[in-house]
Amino acid sequence: MKIRLDNVVKTFDTFRAVHGVSLDIGSGELVALLGPSGSGKTTILRMVAGLEFTDGGTIHFGDQDATDIPVRDRGVGFVFQHYALFPHMTVAENVAFGMKVSKVKRSAAEIAARVDELLRLVRLEGLGNRFPNQISGGQRQRVALARALAVDPKVLLLDEPFGALDANVRRDLRRWLREIHEELGITTLFVTHDQEEALDLADRVVILDQGRIVQEGTPEQVCRTPNSAFVMNFLGDANRLPATVSDGKARVGGTELEAAGFANGRANIYLRPRDLDWSATEPGIAATVTRVIDKPDGRRILATTVDGDHVELDVVPETVARVGDSGFVRIHRARVFAEAG
Amino acid sequence: MSRRRVLPGLNLSLGITLFYVALIVVLPLGALVFKAASLGPEDYWRIVSSPRALASYRVTVLCALAATAFNLVFGMALAWVLVRYRFPGRRLVDAIVDLPFALPTAVAGIALTTLFAQNGWFGSILAPLGITVAYTPLGIIVAMAFTSLPFVVRTVQPVLEDMDPALEEAAQTLGGSDVSIFMRVILPLLTPALLAGVSLSFARSLGEFGAIIFIAGNQPFSTEITALLTFIRLEEYDYQAAAAIASVLLITAFVMLAVTNVLQARALRYMDRSRT
Repeated sequence: MKIRLDNVVKTFDTFRAVHGVSLDIGSGELVALLGPSGSGKTTILRMVAGLEFTDGGTIHFGDQDATDIPVRDRGVGFVFQHYALFPHMTVAENVAFGMKVSKVKRSAAEIAARVDELLRLVRLEGLGNRFPNQISGGQRQRVALARALAVDPKVLLLDEPFGALDANVRRDLRRWLREIHEELGITTLFVTHDQEEALDLADRVVILDQGRIVQEGTPEQVCRTPNSAFVMNFLGDANRLPATVSDGKARVGGTELEAAGFANGRANIYLRPRDLDWSATEPGIAATVTRVIDKPDGRRILATTVDGDHVELDVVPETVARVGDSGFVRIHRARVFAEAG
Repeated sequence: MSRRRVLPGLNLSLGITLFYVALIVVLPLGALVFKAASLGPEDYWRIVSSPRALASYRVTVLCALAATAFNLVFGMALAWVLVRYRFPGRRLVDAIVDLPFALPTAVAGIALTTLFAQNGWFGSILAPLGITVAYTPLGIIVAMAFTSLPFVVRTVQPVLEDMDPALEEAAQTLGGSDVSIFMRVILPLLTPALLAGVSLSFARSLGEFGAIIFIAGNQPFSTEITALLTFIRLEEYDYQAAAAIASVLLITAFVMLAVTNVLQARALRYMDRSRT
C-alpha cells in the first residue's frame, strides 16, 4: 500500500508541530522518520495512523483519501514505544484482541491458529499464557508487533520501537524486524531519534527538523551528501571549523578546500573525525593535542587548532600522540556549508 | 528474620501500631461479641431472627445495595470526568467530592430531609410526579448514597490517572469500538479499584446512622434500619439484644469485605504471578 502525505500541517494550541510535510512512501518500503525530539516525527506518524487529526493537507493510502477515516477503520498496525500491551490479558489474548473485536467474525479455532502462527513469526512460541509483566522488554515489543500484525494492516507504523530497550537487544531486534519486513513486504514507517537505527534498518531515511523535512534519501545519499549542516551534525559526530571563502576556495588554518559555488565571505567546514589524520609534519592545520582517548578500534585525539578551535580525530591505533604534542591535522574529506542565518 | 533493615525502628513501630489497632479497633468489637455471646444461643437466635430485626436487615441491605449500585455508576462517571476532562471548576468539584466525609452525618441528614420534604426544593418538584423520598426507603437510599459517594470516586480516580492512554489508542488501532474498548480494556483494569470502592461504600451504607434517621421515617418493618434498631435496644437498656443485632451487621460487613478481598486478588492475578 502506497502512502502519500500532501502538505500536512498540525498545530497544537499555538505551537506548530508540523509545517506542510509532503512525503511519498512506496508500497513495501521501509522508511525511517529521523529527527531530534520536537521535530514532529511522532506527530506525523500519529497522523498517518489517525491518532491525531491533521489541521491541513491530505493523507492518501493508495488512491483512497484516508485523511478523515477514523483510526479504527484505517487498517494500520501501530507499535507503541512502551508497547501498550493490555496488562490484564495474556500474550495470546493480546495478540487475539484485534481479531476478537473485528467486524469480520472468526471462529475461536481460527483465531487460536492465527495467534499460534504469529507467535511463531515473532519467535515467542510457548509464551502465549504469560502475562506481559512476566516477559522481558524485548519480548513485549515482539508481542506488540504480533498484535499489530494480527489484523492484517495495510501499513505498519512503529513509534521509537526500540527506544526503551538495552543496546544489545536493540541491535538483535533491528535485524529481526528487517527480516520480518522482507518476509511480509508490508509498507512500514518508523520513527526514531537514533541515526544508527535509521541507517541500519531503513530503505529510505527522512530527516526532520522543527516540523519540516530537511532531507530524504537512501542511507547512502544522506550519509554521503548531507544537504545541510543540520543533517551533517545529526547523522554523526562532526567538527566545525570557521573558514573564509574567496574565489571558490575555503581557507582554514593555511589549508585550502574546494568550495565552488559559495559566495565570498565566511563559511563553515564540517569534518568527520574519521576523515582526519594526525601527522607530525605539514601539510595540515597546526594543532596541539589536549587529550587522547583509546578505544578498541582506534584512538580519538582531541586537539586545539592554532585558531583556538576544538577538533576531534579518529585515527588508527598505531598513531603516536601524547597530550601536549604539537602537530598537524590532515584533512582527507570535508564539507563546506554556508554560515547559518 | 534478623536481617538488618535500612529504616530503623521497625520493631517499635510494629509494636505501637499493633497495640493501637488492638486498643481502638479490636477491643470494642471484642466487647461487642463478648456481650452478644453472653446470651445463650437460643436467646441470641430469637433476638436476631425476630420479625422486626429481619425486616430491618432487609431494609438496610436492600437500600445499601441500591445506594452502592448508584455510587458504582455515578462514582465511576465522576472519577472519569475528573480525570479525563479539563474544565473550569474541576478542582472545586474534586474538593466537593470529599464533603460527605467531612460533613457531620446528622447535618447531612437534616439537609437532605429539608430538601426532599414535601415542601422542600427537590420534594416539591418530585411530589407532583408521585415520587416521595422523605420518610420512605428511597430516602434511606439517598442518604446512604450521599454519605458513601467518595469511596468509589477516590479508589477509581488514581487508577484511571495512572492508566496509559496508549492502551486505548492501541485498542483503537486494532479496530476496537468504544464499547468494546470500555468493556474489554478499561473496565477490567478498573475492576480491582471498583471492587474496593464498592465494598467500602456498601460497608459504610450498612453502618450509616446519623444521616438516615432524619430522612427515613423510622417505621418498624418498613423504614427502620438495623443500626437504629440497635440504638432503640440500647435506649431500652437491653444491651445484650443491642449487641446481638449489631453483631449481625458486623459479621455481614466482615464477610463482605473478605469476599471482595478475594475477588480483588483474583482480578489482579496478572500483577503478581512471579516471573519464570
